[in-house]
Amino acid sequence: MTKLHVHGLTKVFGPRPVRGVELMKQGQSRQEIFERTGNLLAVADVDLDIEAGELFVIMGLSGSGKSTVIRMLNRLIEPTEGTVELDGERIDQLNAAQLRRVRQRKLSMVFQHFALFPHRTVGENAAYGLKVQGVGEDERRQRAVEALDTVGLGDRVDAYPNELSGGMQQRVGLARGLATKADILLMDEPFSALDPLIRRDMQDLLAELQSDLNRTIVFITHDLNEAMRLGDRICVLKDGHVVQVGTGPEIIDNPANRYVADFVSDVDRSRVLTAEQIMRKPRRTFGPDDSTRDVLDWLDDNESNGVYVLDGDGAILGVARDDKVAEGLRARVSTIRDLLIDDYATATHDTLLSDLAALAARNPVPIAVTDEEGRLLGVVPRAHLLAALSNDEEVVADA
Amino acid sequence: MREHYLAQALFDLPVGDYAEAAEDWLTTTFSWLFGTISDLVAWIVEQAEWLLTEPPVLLTLALFVVLAAVATRSWKLPAFTAVTFYFVYAMGIYIEMMETLALVAVATVLAVAIGIPFGVWAARSDRVSSTLKPILDFMQTMPSFIYLLLAVVFFGIGRVPGVMSALIFSMPPAVRLTELGIRQVDHEVVEAAEAFGARPREVLTGVQLPLARASIMAGVNQVIMLALSMVVIAGLGGAGGLGALVVRAVTSMNIGLGIEGGLGVVVLAIFLDRVTAAFGRENRSRRGGDTQVDEQSTTQAEDAGSDVDEQTRPVAAS
Repeated sequence: MTKLHVHGLTKVFGPRPVRGVELMKQGQSRQEIFERTGNLLAVADVDLDIEAGELFVIMGLSGSGKSTVIRMLNRLIEPTEGTVELDGERIDQLNAAQLRRVRQRKLSMVFQHFALFPHRTVGENAAYGLKVQGVGEDERRQRAVEALDTVGLGDRVDAYPNELSGGMQQRVGLARGLATKADILLMDEPFSALDPLIRRDMQDLLAELQSDLNRTIVFITHDLNEAMRLGDRICVLKDGHVVQVGTGPEIIDNPANRYVADFVSDVDRSRVLTAEQIMRKPRRTFGPDDSTRDVLDWLDDNESNGVYVLDGDGAILGVARDDKVAEGLRARVSTIRDLLIDDYATATHDTLLSDLAALAARNPVPIAVTDEEGRLLGVVPRAHLLAALSNDEEVVADA
Repeated sequence: MREHYLAQALFDLPVGDYAEAAEDWLTTTFSWLFGTISDLVAWIVEQAEWLLTEPPVLLTLALFVVLAAVATRSWKLPAFTAVTFYFVYAMGIYIEMMETLALVAVATVLAVAIGIPFGVWAARSDRVSSTLKPILDFMQTMPSFIYLLLAVVFFGIGRVPGVMSALIFSMPPAVRLTELGIRQVDHEVVEAAEAFGARPREVLTGVQLPLARASIMAGVNQVIMLALSMVVIAGLGGAGGLGALVVRAVTSMNIGLGIEGGLGVVVLAIFLDRVTAAFGRENRSRRGGDTQVDEQSTTQAEDAGSDVDEQTRPVAAS
């Protein structure tokens, strides 16, 4: 279900914004418009459809217009043109009082530099949205404590923000955003002012909260790894234009243009790509009643040291490993049914490459990728995994 | 011949004549207004004076010591206050100092009550800000004696012209530092309040004014110092208090009286400065750490404010 529908959203800063829009529609670039009119085309004709419960990331470098886009969603910046629809309600047409109401109830926001009120306690900060709504003091405090509990700061209600570290301050910022129970959380580069380890913690916290709370989140970042890590879908912005919208793996697999390709070239692929993108069909599988001799011959011919054995439904029974099969042949065991071992690793289609690498290190047999019922979907041989990690685009493309 | 007159008209503008004509017109047309203002201000000053001079000296002195202690939370200023105020009392000019304090207090309250709203308005509108700036420059650079002259013309002699000239002379820092304080509040923090749906009034009173507090208090401090210097000058216009002492000393070449009056001004100036400065800093000590806002406004207040050197200025004036 579409929660937030954005159409033709455009912002021109400068003395004559309307002229800027006209030039944009004639296809002029940001640079040309600036040189001709002195107007800055910050955001150009952005269309977005953000689904309910989705964590939607808007990514771009500084100057790409990402902060302007998010501020037009709650009209901290007035759009020059375009529409913003939230649950079918036209945000861009609300009067001041209606807009305040929507901001109080439906849209909350988390800021890059936390933007806490230094003269209010942590609890008062977290309760600010409720105070503005006119919620009574006792309930306000109670709900603030609840929100602070979810971010792990329930015991710091009476501290002042400057007594907390940066990471903790942003937790307060997050609690303030959560306390109003708004459907949509706008997050403007919320973790970019934090140092890397804290940033990682906060990303984990957000991912965890999101799986519980299931809010619709619009998340701004300039960090592609962060975008890939958190985003259900990612929108890449450049010079105010949307360049590409898609899931992380889609964008890495299939960059829309040279710009995106360059952008994703240094992303940590192991944390974005999943087993699904690199697994391939096993060259061969055997059944439990296949003869020991045949299996050993096949292993010999293919210089392989193990092969998966499946039942009739395609579920894995075990691995026939070369040494066990050879032993069985010497002992004159006719089928491989009793020679199987379960010394193999399994993964699901959404296991990250980084996790696959850990599995592959311990197991010589290719990793089995299975569905919920344990059926074999494909395998990831170790060499194949290493090739994918080393940024070999052929591997991904082939799979 | 005609060219001669033209040249005279062009190069010999009788601005003074115009000003006098304007003054004539104003005093006759608005005499009721000036009369009302005059009566009102006189009444307020009388109440303030009564409050400060009527109770026993020991009681008021004790209250000042307590005020100093509450403001600074240290023993130094209270001790200083006790010693110096007693010293003033022993010189026999305590009542005069209280009269001067009453004038300063009334002028300050009025200047702040008018100045802060203008500062808020200027902070919200660039156009208002650029309109006010030259007016404030004018108010601060016009020699202070001229205000006294104008005030005497409109309000007669006595305390009222003292208050009115001090009001005009001391208001600019209240406007400027309020505007500065509000403008330097972190933009993102203001956005945060707006993003949660706060009304403009809630943003102002709940976020901008509290965070501009240090800067505004620096402005109030300067208002007080300027008002004190003006009120002493207003002794020339019959405002009484220490100003009257100083004027009498100057006109009769009485060194002893001059030194005594001057010391009274110094004592009062130091007391007022330290107490108001402490109230401006109070935020910082309560939150137990430096915040950006506080640091910035204190340093910028020193740069942006008028040229008052808190201790020397009142003395120089006297």
